[in-house]
Amino acid sequence: MKKYQERIMKGVFFAAASVSVLAVILICLFLLINGLPVMGKIGVFDFLLGRTWRPNNVPPAYGIFPMILGSIYVTVGAVAIGVPLGLLTAVFMARYCSGTWYRFLKPAINLLAGIPSVVYGFFGLVVIVPLIRDVFGGTGSSMLAAAILLGIMILPTITSVSEAVLRAVPQNYYEGGLALGASHERTIFYILLPAAKSGIMAAVVLGIGRAIGETMAVIMVAGNQARMPAGLRKGVRTLTANIVIEMGYAAELHRGALIATAVVLFFFILLINSLLSWLKRRAV
Amino acid sequence: MVKLNRKALKHKLEAYKRSPQSLVLYLLVVVATVLTIGILLYLIGYILITGIPHITPDLFAWQYTTANVSLMPALINTVLMTFIALLIAAPVGIFSAIYLVEYAKRGNKFVGVIRLTTETLSGIPSIVYGLFGLLFFVTTLGWGMSLLAGAFTLAIMILPLIMRTAEEALKAVPDAYREGSFGLGAGKLRTVFKIVLPSAVPGIVAGIILGIGRIVGETAALIYTAGTVAEIPRGKDFLFDSTRTLSVHMYALTSEGLYINQAAATAVVLLMIVILINWFSGFMAKKLTKA
Repeated sequence: MKKYQERIMKGVFFAAASVSVLAVILICLFLLINGLPVMGKIGVFDFLLGRTWRPNNVPPAYGIFPMILGSIYVTVGAVAIGVPLGLLTAVFMARYCSGTWYRFLKPAINLLAGIPSVVYGFFGLVVIVPLIRDVFGGTGSSMLAAAILLGIMILPTITSVSEAVLRAVPQNYYEGGLALGASHERTIFYILLPAAKSGIMAAVVLGIGRAIGETMAVIMVAGNQARMPAGLRKGVRTLTANIVIEMGYAAELHRGALIATAVVLFFFILLINSLLSWLKRRAV
Repeated sequence: MVKLNRKALKHKLEAYKRSPQSLVLYLLVVVATVLTIGILLYLIGYILITGIPHITPDLFAWQYTTANVSLMPALINTVLMTFIALLIAAPVGIFSAIYLVEYAKRGNKFVGVIRLTTETLSGIPSIVYGLFGLLFFVTTLGWGMSLLAGAFTLAIMILPLIMRTAEEALKAVPDAYREGSFGLGAGKLRTVFKIVLPSAVPGIVAGIILGIGRIVGETAALIYTAGTVAEIPRGKDFLFDSTRTLSVHMYALTSEGLYINQAAATAVVLLMIVILINWFSGFMAKKLTKA
């Protein structure tokens, strides 16, 4: 009787563990089955490299190249803002601040990570967008606004991961640097940071993943015009925004094209994930 | 800790004079930290200051109308949604962690597969989850845009988070506990449920609370799975009613553009919930390190 029970529960635990595998298989399957044929129908090159997205035209044009570029530009901008800030903050947290400060800083960074993306989006809409409108003119809803907002949103990811990585560098590296007569700063920037390189790269890649996948906050500040990106002050539409904005009313081929957009996004994420696991393996 | 090599400010300044590069780097670090914290404080302060004056009793009316723009239905839906999603994700996540930590043998190939899939799952953007939920739960299974479809979508989304934290909590239980239990003649199952799980509770709860945080803040995965109806689901088939959670509610208000003030007030409520969740999760984690 006892043995029987043990067996059953082991089966239950195993089944539970299989759920995540099943979920990934289902997600891939459903996206690919619904997305790939459409990509074929539109033509892979026309779809990926087409420069116009006009699903309501006759004949309709389904080129998502503007959105691919939009996602990449916005992400690059976010990284340019979020990585230096986040990394330097991580340096402060790991190597400068006292316990008292740390007890305040750590929860603050955690809180920054926990704020919902709609709240960020709202903040972007009522603070960042008007600011850009006043400084640079135009409507304010722009690539720059999206990049700044995403830069803020990936800050906590970059900071907490790099902080952990910096703390993992053996203390004798630091002592060795000081013993050679280098200052505190030079030791950190010329010895500790290079030693933590792989881990920091992993933090950056994680941030890229977050930025490229972010949806609601971007929609609220980016302007969302489905055309080739035309500069920092102009509006831009990302892959994620494209899906959310049009999924509500899309039908047939248009709907399929949106699912295919998600396939492209998924492919980007897989690429980023494999890069991440490669970096993590190197960091160990 | 007593600092043995504490330097006086004067000595520090002299050192910086000799090496201006160090001074620049030091300033950069300080400025970046001040900026980061400044952004956080400004964001929170701004939302509180713009939102709090617009928190009115109307906002908490039982029924949503275009006149009062009540957030009450959305708040109740958020609680319902969180509860159902956790009901699905928590057992599955904890049981998976038990399998990984207590049952799987070293070098098991399947464990590698699970690791790979959970890593993939945690990287997938929420809009992709939303689209999958729309294709699978809403359309293929025919649930329509509903509480249940939304909850299942969210459950898959927070599964990797719960699995990982539960796994870490289980791993942190000393082997001596297990050996002691086996030594007293308990079976594997009994050991897991009576000894290992109870000792890992704070860590598991901290993970679940983080999951709650993600559910409360989620928008993109819900718009096309749970829909945007601002009513409390009721009746026999309430699981299949379309609902909007607080985040979706706030997005709807903001994008309509007519209710910016109410959106600000909603943001305050959301922010309060998130701060509370964060505090509680930290509290649980601290309990874990003490135990």
